[in-house]
Amino acid sequence: MSLGSLRIVLGLLIGIFITACDQEIDWNSTDISGIMPDLSLALVNTEGAQVTEKDFTGKMNVVFFGYTFCPDICPATLAKLRMAKRQLSPEQQAEINVLFVSVDPDRDTPEHLKRYIGSFGPGFVGLTGTQEQLQSMVRRYRVTYGYGKPDEYGSYEVSHSSAIFVFDPTGNARLLAKDTMPTEALADDLRRVLETS
Amino acid sequence: MADVFQSLLTFWIPWEFSFFTVVFYSLAAGLYWRGIRHSRESGRQISLWRQFGFYTGILLCYFVMHTEYDYYAQYMFFMHRIQHLVLHHLGPFLIALSLPFGVLWSGIPGRIRQFLVPYGNASFIRGSYRVLQYPPVAIVLFVGLIFFWLTPEIHFVAMLNQNLYQLMNWSMLLDGLLFWWLIFSPYHPGGVGHIHYGWRILVLVLIMIPQNLLGAYITFSESMLFDVYDVCGRAWPLAPMTDQIVGGIMTWIPPAMMSVVGILILLGRIRSQAVERNDPPGVDGQLVAPGRA
Repeated sequence: MSLGSLRIVLGLLIGIFITACDQEIDWNSTDISGIMPDLSLALVNTEGAQVTEKDFTGKMNVVFFGYTFCPDICPATLAKLRMAKRQLSPEQQAEINVLFVSVDPDRDTPEHLKRYIGSFGPGFVGLTGTQEQLQSMVRRYRVTYGYGKPDEYGSYEVSHSSAIFVFDPTGNARLLAKDTMPTEALADDLRRVLETS
Repeated sequence: MADVFQSLLTFWIPWEFSFFTVVFYSLAAGLYWRGIRHSRESGRQISLWRQFGFYTGILLCYFVMHTEYDYYAQYMFFMHRIQHLVLHHLGPFLIALSLPFGVLWSGIPGRIRQFLVPYGNASFIRGSYRVLQYPPVAIVLFVGLIFFWLTPEIHFVAMLNQNLYQLMNWSMLLDGLLFWWLIFSPYHPGGVGHIHYGWRILVLVLIMIPQNLLGAYITFSESMLFDVYDVCGRAWPLAPMTDQIVGGIMTWIPPAMMSVVGILILLGRIRSQAVERNDPPGVDGQLVAPGRA
């Protein structure tokens, strides 16, 4: 690499920091405005009906990829999202959808997904789809998933993204939150996205 | 059987198509092929070893950059480390060892070549090349790039942003070519950016030390250093720690081996130079073909 390309790298990095500072908001999560594409999806809901992003825009959407047989990350993250939501005012809570996208459609039938997501309360939406539908969605947000080998009981692990994507009510990508961040910090960011959109 | 055959074929479909990549590799292969034909016509033989080294080098680099391999490199840390091992070490190592630049140059159509000559001789280009190939600069660039892209915060954005990702991979490949050309170019006293084989051995030893330290640090780190693979998901369920350990080993052992192999090749050249000095002149010893060295 030449010094010229080094300059480009530094320029790009500085550019990223400047755009981050430009917002004047010190987010707890990563600002992805203008970096990640708008909310767009074509999936199946827990009633087995085809849905698109149009069914969800108008409210803020928090998107998380996982699967219901997930032993740790998914239930923990969904529980964290529920707790973060509860720290907001009732009006704000009503303005948030949590879209849980199962990347394990073989086991997560709409009925199964409905039972699972129902336990997290109102505003939690279970979605899944065909492999083509899921692939096109994860590719759009530069994440992925994969399956492990089934054991003797036929159960298998699924690798998936642990990112929490936050889209504002108009569907613009705003934040990428990590599942490891404190609940208060997450609630704080969700509130500020609602207030700035 | 048909399934295996089909997946072998579909593996070659680029994960993210890049026009620039296609042009770069087609030009490299096309010019080299023309260059070989040209040298055959003018009675100069380029050994099959050298041709094999060149084509293997560019095929390996193309494979890790522009096939389904690229998908695995984006979603698995250790696959990413293997990708950079090929782009920064193995591929450029083979390409530089095959001494391809004379062949590539003669593969350029005559009129374009004449157009390019003034640029090749321009003092700005020769000056920058001399700076880049000045050993301390070359060492800092070679090792610095590895450290730079493995800085956790920078690694995070590079894996998320497609343009930065491309920049990262190309910077590794171009620096790899510059570095290994510094190591393997035939020695002409006073040539632009030429240092004696003994100094080159020292350079190879010096780059080994920080690479070993970094590789060992990643391998033995008890915390997860690169969480972007958790954030984006792994290509298949592999324990994150296993991924990091294998990736650390890939940053540590094979690059050190490449330095050792490079040193052995250079020692071979020093020996054949010494033999030449005792032999009557007339032996063509300036270009040592790989395999014979």
